[in-house]
Amino acid sequence: MKRAISAALLHPVAKPLLFLLCLLPLGWLVYGAIANQLGANPAEAIIRGLGDWTLRGLWLTLAITPLRELTGLAALARFRRMLGVFSFFYASLHLLAYGWLDQGLDLAEIAADIAKRPFILMGFLAWALMLPLAATSFNRAIKALGAKRWQALHKAVYAVAVIGLMHFIWMRAGKSNFAEPAVYGVILAALLGWRVYRRMRRK
Amino acid sequence: LPGTRSAVAGAMVLDKPTSYADATSYNNFYEFGTDKSDPAERAHTLKPRPWTVSVEGECAKPGRYDLDALLKLSAMEERIYRLRCVEGWSMVIPWVGYSLSELIKRAEPTGKGRFVEFTTLADRAQMPGLRSPVLDWPYVEALRMDEAMHPLALLTFGMYGEVLPNQNGAPVRIVLPWKYGFKSAKSIVKIRFVEKQPRSSWEQSAPQEYGFYSNVNPNVPHPRWSQATERRIGEDGLFAKKRPTLMFNGYEPQVGQLYAGMDLKKFY
Repeated sequence: MKRAISAALLHPVAKPLLFLLCLLPLGWLVYGAIANQLGANPAEAIIRGLGDWTLRGLWLTLAITPLRELTGLAALARFRRMLGVFSFFYASLHLLAYGWLDQGLDLAEIAADIAKRPFILMGFLAWALMLPLAATSFNRAIKALGAKRWQALHKAVYAVAVIGLMHFIWMRAGKSNFAEPAVYGVILAALLGWRVYRRMRRK
Repeated sequence: LPGTRSAVAGAMVLDKPTSYADATSYNNFYEFGTDKSDPAERAHTLKPRPWTVSVEGECAKPGRYDLDALLKLSAMEERIYRLRCVEGWSMVIPWVGYSLSELIKRAEPTGKGRFVEFTTLADRAQMPGLRSPVLDWPYVEALRMDEAMHPLALLTFGMYGEVLPNQNGAPVRIVLPWKYGFKSAKSIVKIRFVEKQPRSSWEQSAPQEYGFYSNVNPNVPHPRWSQATERRIGEDGLFAKKRPTLMFNGYEPQVGQLYAGMDLKKFY
């Protein structure tokens, strides 16, 4: 069983398949916008949909290592980078959709909005923190930095996830609606808690 | 539910009405959930009949009105109002009802009846959203007496020529076109005249964000976002810039004098 899964994960088609899977949410939003399937407020649906998928992408990225160690499926590691880069891709589209659909690409308005709304600032901060990670996500960058420094830099993903979650919680705080952020919070706590636990066990 | 064209000043805006599908599928009605699609999906459990509205408090003629009595109390008018949500979107809706003042006059409020408080139904059996503690149920809203007596304040029973769909506040609600949408309490079961200014549900939940008056005002930003612009649902294209929000939602000529001399930054 494990062998078969491992073979499937190592299959040359696995990565292109994941790539296509990662494009599905975007495909759905684009189709929905054209076919008028996004409800009464399509701009809001697009902005929120892209934000949801950014968080989901990040959470999946963070789930790879625990899953790999718990299942012993070493091949899972091949997908981590693609998931991480897709999270950045969705974060960037989320930012672009906010700037364009909500703020009409008015840079002065956007700057004022970032200053005015802490949750916007949080989201912007999380995106900015992802920039150096995305910029060093190819093999040459790892070599140039050295594996140790590269790994240290990429620990920033934990901060990105926590700030991203805060952005989500704060966004919902206006309506005291915390049910969904709570689910994301519990999963993130498990993903990060597992890392803390493993570290303590090793010491 | 037929109504004749209203002759009240400002009651028939010329903006293009929002589609019925949008107006009945994108709603804030927290008694059925906090997502805007929740009311349309879940409000079928609301039973709009039989229904009684209790009119009580500081008045000479309190009473309990059943829905049929309310429907016959005054002539139904159609009014096309702009609706501006505090979240920054807007619609244009043809409502059916009559001025709230018609009901208030019959109750003969006393000198002590300085404010009018509206209470929404809070029945867990009919409203699944009540299980969530987002607000301190029941939902309460209130107006100063002169606001409530303004002819534009509409006691509403229908929209688009039909009786109100459940998700839009059946069977009876108020509509106050110059205030943010949340002031217009839905599925009302109690109207009470009181001496002291009541605390509305949103005011209680977040006093620094939602004030008693909550008049549409592009010059007073919400503490966490600008109120200068809005997106007209179904009309403003995806890439269109949001349209400017008008003072009192464009009803300044009609209602401006209610707030003459008041510091609207303080009384937001």
